[in-house]
Amino acid sequence: MKQGIYRITENYPLTDSVYRMRLEGDVAEITAPGQFINIKIEGMFLRRPISVFDRDEKSVTIIYKVVGKGTEAMKDMPVGTELDVLVGLGNGYDTTVSGDSPLLIGGGVGVPPLYMLAKQLIAEGKKVSVILGFNTESEIFCEKDFRELGAHVTVTTVDGSYGVKGFVTNAMNTPYTHFYTCGPEPMLKAVYKASTTSGQMSFEERMGCGFGACMGCSCKTLTGYKRICKEGPVMRKEEILWED
Amino acid sequence: MGRLSVDLCGITLDNPVIPASGTFGFGYEFAELYDINVLGTFSFKGTTKDPRFGNPTPRIAECSMGMINAVGLQNPGVDKVISEELPKLKKCFNKKVMANVSGFSVEDYAYTCERLDKEEQVGWLEVNVSCPNVHGGGMSFGTDPAAAAEVTRAVKAVTTKPVIIKLSPNVTDIVSIAKACEDAGADGISLINTLLGMRIDLRTKKPVIANKMGGFSGPAIFPVAVRMVYQVANAVRIPVVGMGGVSTACDVIEMMLAGATAVQVGAANLTDPFACRDIINELPGAMDKYGIKDLKSIIGGAR
Repeated sequence: MKQGIYRITENYPLTDSVYRMRLEGDVAEITAPGQFINIKIEGMFLRRPISVFDRDEKSVTIIYKVVGKGTEAMKDMPVGTELDVLVGLGNGYDTTVSGDSPLLIGGGVGVPPLYMLAKQLIAEGKKVSVILGFNTESEIFCEKDFRELGAHVTVTTVDGSYGVKGFVTNAMNTPYTHFYTCGPEPMLKAVYKASTTSGQMSFEERMGCGFGACMGCSCKTLTGYKRICKEGPVMRKEEILWED
Repeated sequence: MGRLSVDLCGITLDNPVIPASGTFGFGYEFAELYDINVLGTFSFKGTTKDPRFGNPTPRIAECSMGMINAVGLQNPGVDKVISEELPKLKKCFNKKVMANVSGFSVEDYAYTCERLDKEEQVGWLEVNVSCPNVHGGGMSFGTDPAAAAEVTRAVKAVTTKPVIIKLSPNVTDIVSIAKACEDAGADGISLINTLLGMRIDLRTKKPVIANKMGGFSGPAIFPVAVRMVYQVANAVRIPVVGMGGVSTACDVIEMMLAGATAVQVGAANLTDPFACRDIINELPGAMDKYGIKDLKSIIGGAR
């Protein structure tokens, strides 16, 4: 983890409520796809944790949905704004266990962290398939980004307005060696049930600090208590304990 | 002793800044970020007799200038704290640590304190009779002078190190509780724990936190904390550790003027992991600005 000042170099909408922001600064601590950053916003007490979409040598790109006061403020920030950010948080996805044809499944704002993952898996010579799930055509983003990486992309929409009609699980019908997923919890549960291999799932929880100090985001797993922000957000399928 | 140093119950602190329990884990994770030996000391994660997972999530809600938490004393239990956490701490912290203890019965408190009292690195026992997030325990001991005194006596009977009782602000008369603890043999008082609070999500129309209510902390509660520290420090002869919304070097000075011998920093650690280091670095400049040569000379100066 590193704390630093990062300068906004891009901040623009992809859909009505989803924005893409690029932040320039020291990104050496971002070591794995699936990690997140935690952004301090003027006038808000807690930082805003947002997953990493991509990074290069001197910048990190995030894709965020406007859901509350914090992200509402973020969307109006002009290029050049400087932000206090903690980077390199969370464990991230492990690509070493993917096998040769991994399947990546993202739903809504669960899609962004899979981009850097797909990029890395493809760079490692793996044949990557991606399923991107949205409610409706107007909410789709990043399909082109994944296609340009060379991944095999299937888009699903709940209302059938684009791609395969239904949920991401309706498209999980070709063989794969390992799966990676991120999305709302009902989707994660459905993917967990439909999956036929080992896999890794990224979870979300309201966080206090984002770096393991407050125990605000703890969960129970089959291998003990874990902090979503520190030992997570990525959990192995084999350790997940669904409550309720 | 340097110009920042203070004496807390017979142990010299290089400076009065102490990360508060529940915001600093067992220290070693912050040691990856900076040398935690710059701290006066720190109060480790509230420890109970048995391991606890704590409350269901969500446990956190944001507020203006603060936050609400209902973690519910998640901790590995005293056995593992002694066998696993303290050995890890010893590798990165060469000062005495403050052991924060909570319980669900007088016997629980005494048992856990007796165990931790034997640990060499423990300098003080901070007995939390004020956790607002656990039913049937914690705060119920801190809202009644007789019960707080009973816990104090039971802990004092089985320990040798200074015992600091951590009080709840969720009471009608905090002074009477502080005095009861002093009369029962407490070596110090720390205050304030969090204020009981609640947020409701307008979209779901339900409480944000699964536990419904939680402890409100952060800069918003600072004036309440200063007032209570002032009242208690005026009424007891034992040292007072002040906390509640402290987030700057100036806050530390204000808390000490109110009567605090040392000052804990809580929620600020969660929004800025370097908060305590930065406060310590900024203290000399803030002292110069207000003509303070020696920090210990200002304790209770506002009286």
